[in-house]
Amino acid sequence: MKPPIYLDNHATTRMDPRVLDAMLPYFTDHFGNAASRNHAFGWEAEQAVEKGRKQIADLIGCNAREVIFTSGATESDNLAIKGVAEMYAEKGNHIITAATEHKAVLDTCKKLEKHGYRVTYLPVKGDGLVDLDMLRESITDKTILVSIMYANNEIGVIQPVQEIGKICRERGVLFHTDGVQAIGKVPVDVNKDNIDIMSITGHKLYGPKGVGALYVRRKSPRVQITAQMDGGGHERGMRSGTLNVPGIVGLGEACAIAQREMPEEMKRMAYLRDRLRSKLEAGLDEVYINGSMEHRLPQNLNMSFLYVEGESLLMGINDVAVSSGSACTSATLEPSYVLKALGLGDDLAHSSIRFGIGRFNTEAEIDYVADKLVDVVTKLRELSPLYEMAKEGIDLSKVEWVHD
Amino acid sequence: MAYSDKVLDHYNNPRNVGSLDKSAGNVGTGMVGAPECGDVMKLQIKVNDESGIIEEAKFKTFGCGSAIASSSLATEWLKGKTVDEALQIKNTDIVNELALPPVKIHCSVLAEDAIKAAISDYRKKQATRTPTAVEQTVA
Repeated sequence: MKPPIYLDNHATTRMDPRVLDAMLPYFTDHFGNAASRNHAFGWEAEQAVEKGRKQIADLIGCNAREVIFTSGATESDNLAIKGVAEMYAEKGNHIITAATEHKAVLDTCKKLEKHGYRVTYLPVKGDGLVDLDMLRESITDKTILVSIMYANNEIGVIQPVQEIGKICRERGVLFHTDGVQAIGKVPVDVNKDNIDIMSITGHKLYGPKGVGALYVRRKSPRVQITAQMDGGGHERGMRSGTLNVPGIVGLGEACAIAQREMPEEMKRMAYLRDRLRSKLEAGLDEVYINGSMEHRLPQNLNMSFLYVEGESLLMGINDVAVSSGSACTSATLEPSYVLKALGLGDDLAHSSIRFGIGRFNTEAEIDYVADKLVDVVTKLRELSPLYEMAKEGIDLSKVEWVHD
Repeated sequence: MAYSDKVLDHYNNPRNVGSLDKSAGNVGTGMVGAPECGDVMKLQIKVNDESGIIEEAKFKTFGCGSAIASSSLATEWLKGKTVDEALQIKNTDIVNELALPPVKIHCSVLAEDAIKAAISDYRKKQATRTPTAVEQTVA
């Protein structure tokens, strides 16, 4: 075990060397354009692309023709939401999403609001899950799309996707899910889960950055999407642009590996995550888990270390890569909107750390991180006036703070 | 974000961490900031009754590394100064000493506020204080 230790696998993952091996020939030897129909260079590339498409389709339980390639999840989310909004504009102008969605979804919806669409942002319950009754009540005859992520990038909470999809189907509304954190980590099946459109990206499942995909259902219902970029009409007219052949080969290989190894990997990830959790809970008082533990990715732990500010905590574990919901670590100087949507006070949000465990983490690394965190939190609490006050029995919520 | 060596030094070896008896007549306590803003600083000074010099300064801070460093530095600077001299410490002095980036200037402002709050608490106590036997002899 050698620091620095990477525990930020919800941000991105190290590429699996097997994925890189699969990709390399497609940069040099097999460099053809998959759209070149009249020579062997093009045929080779096209074959590789179709293999990648099939590997993705196998992982998520769809037909290969339902997978279209993009540059990543942000593009997939934009294409799904704007593409549906434009295509179904005559049917309605209402979209439903949730407060804890990724910015690629939220900001896309905000953009559509400026163009006359109406968007409902569902709140979530204290455990991070959407309220299905509230979803039902929010659907109107103008609703064309529900977009709710499969698993959250901060708290790892897995939404009741199957039920959401069922509700959408009953009401004749399309269901899009941002699947990036879940695909390859937990079983995702577009038919069982009643999903109509799903965003996929390579770099969250040990594949390359800069390549993603969008699953678009072809029957019952047949989903249509208006292209958001004009050009050569690639990908059944939905996404123009020369295909990123090495990226697609990598994404496909990453999906194939994930599918083969998922049962084992899920167990190992849950073991490491639970080990981290129990060591932290044994070594420290006043730590809280954010979001449901029951409906959660096995790779994720999100904890608040009360009375300690997140950025100072990160500074103390500077050979461990994690992220914090503290405002000080964000560009906006606002604490995590996801944690706030769970009803957490700003103080708990400021004290939060997100751990994202991945395929390449070891037990020794987990132990090192747990021990180090216990040391640093203990040290920072000795420095914390809030911890001192709490120990004196002062109710911090009743204190009148002096600030601007 | 990269931290300056001085911020790292104060973070790793904070000076004068602790608490003084806040009920003592010659101790001034300043607490500024709020948990929901991510910064709370408690700064205390103990003033020598005879010389009027700050002989001890202690802090506890909930906040980022720059906030911890700003308050740690403030306690270092306070010791040995008279209360009037202490009031001359400006947040810009802290910014310069610690090479704080613009986004962390509020940490230095908070430290200056904490100094002022501690001194104001001390002065309030002095104004209402019943002179002790020692002070009466001195007078």
